[in-house]
Amino acid sequence: MEHIDFSLVDWSRAQFALTAMYHWLFVPLTLGLSFIVAFMETKYVRTGNPEWKRITKFWMTLFGINFAIGVATGIILEFEFGTNWSNYSWFVGDIFGAPLAIEGIMAFFMESTFIAIMFFGWNKVGKKFHLASTWLVAIGSNLSALWILVANAWMQNPVGMKFNPDTARNEMVNFWEVLFSPVAIDKFTHTILSGYVLASIFVIGISAWFLLKNREHVFAKKSIRLATIFGLISAVLIAITGDNSAKMVAKHQPMKFAAIENLYHGEANAPLTAIGMLQQSNEPAKHDFVFKIQIPGMLSFLAFNNTDAFVPGIYDLLNGNPEHNILSYKERCEKGKIAITSLGEYKTAKKSGNDSLAKAALIRFEENYPHFGYGYYADRDLTELVPNVPVNFYSFRIMVGLGFYFILFFAIILFFALKDKLQNKRFLLYTALWTIPLAYIAAELGWVVAEVGRQPWLIQDILPTIASVSQVTPASVQITFWLFFVIFTGLLIAEIKIMLTQIRKGPENAAEVTQNSQIN
Amino acid sequence: MTVGKKLWAVIIIKLIIMFLVLKIFFFPNFLKTNFKTEKERSNYVIDQLTK
Repeated sequence: MEHIDFSLVDWSRAQFALTAMYHWLFVPLTLGLSFIVAFMETKYVRTGNPEWKRITKFWMTLFGINFAIGVATGIILEFEFGTNWSNYSWFVGDIFGAPLAIEGIMAFFMESTFIAIMFFGWNKVGKKFHLASTWLVAIGSNLSALWILVANAWMQNPVGMKFNPDTARNEMVNFWEVLFSPVAIDKFTHTILSGYVLASIFVIGISAWFLLKNREHVFAKKSIRLATIFGLISAVLIAITGDNSAKMVAKHQPMKFAAIENLYHGEANAPLTAIGMLQQSNEPAKHDFVFKIQIPGMLSFLAFNNTDAFVPGIYDLLNGNPEHNILSYKERCEKGKIAITSLGEYKTAKKSGNDSLAKAALIRFEENYPHFGYGYYADRDLTELVPNVPVNFYSFRIMVGLGFYFILFFAIILFFALKDKLQNKRFLLYTALWTIPLAYIAAELGWVVAEVGRQPWLIQDILPTIASVSQVTPASVQITFWLFFVIFTGLLIAEIKIMLTQIRKGPENAAEVTQNSQIN
Repeated sequence: MTVGKKLWAVIIIKLIIMFLVLKIFFFPNFLKTNFKTEKERSNYVIDQLTK
């Protein structure tokens, strides 16, 4: 790693971020709307009320538009792994391959098969079979997300694997440890719930538009009631999983946790900064508060369920804190350097047939492997190991703030919906409509915190971005960055345009649906 | 043009761009393109990681 081309690393990261963020514009709506549609169709099958069929078919069409335009946008990420991140792709081995293969074989095929029945099976298959297909699409979509999120969680907290120095690949030794790691469970539940919240807000916002236009009152009210209950439950659960996520980050990614809090000097009874504004300090890689509102002891409680617990700051991690058994990054870099050198020595000794040297090198390597990634920073400025503090600090607060706003939003909408007074509250209806983009902002910021916060690591503590990139030219990455920007922006415009046309058109004629229901 | 036809058109155009243009011309698999065997690939990655 003597010659690291940062423009290559930065462009490769920017391209991945661009692709992932565009991909995530489509995914959460698919995850949530699939279940909302399944609930709506269940209502139709149980009650036989053709209005529920109209409702189901309308939202199913919007689901279909989002699914059709968003499908396969995630495959681009896999292209990027192979081209731009070849060292990483090789290094992760079957840890990434196995979950993604299961996703491809099981979840994607399940989703694709039943989606055909869901869209084209009306009046061709029985009501119950059609309903089962709709549910299987919802389950399949969410299972697809499971495997990708398990792989992502493994990168944040690598467990259940062993590095093979002969092949330079990680090998899975315990599939269940990978699948059921607390980080994976939390990552999955928190992420899919964000999709449920987003989809609920989407349904409420568009239904509110119909009420504002004085159209389709029955359709809009029924849609709002169902989506609000689903959204409120999901929003409350997301707060719980968010709390768990914070505990996981504090335990496994303390630097990310400190960066989110702009905490430089660790302390017991650490306060949580509810609101604050940062400015660059004169000290390296430090930001000071211009102003802050803090809740005493809350950060310690949030991280460790104990207000007296010590929360390490950025400087505790960089410089070490013997009192709290925190190894300095300098020491970790030295150990990492030993791991890297030992891996090279092991390889050379194996090649020359010197088994005793190889064995000794392997022992040194394995002892120091938990610090492997730090070795790449042994001769570098250690502040490179600190993620971007302002991005994490603000993104986290906006995401959490919006999360609490969504709970309040659902509660107020539900209150007026149950009293059947929502149609008279034009301010609330406009608020519902304008909450749709806020849901997308919160969903994207969640990923910003998760991914920018773990920088510079692709695999926490083991593999940084600078050791993961392929030796390709920065120009080629720049070209494909702009290509993707154009393609994805085109897809987004297509999605919005087709969706708006379909929304303006509204649900299909009630008489037609009643007639079809009788046939069915 | 019905919404269904529009969506099929978007899907087909998108898949053609992704798999027949981007994948082939812009996103070759770096290790598979430059090395023939798994052994060569692992040696290359170890060299990259330890140099």
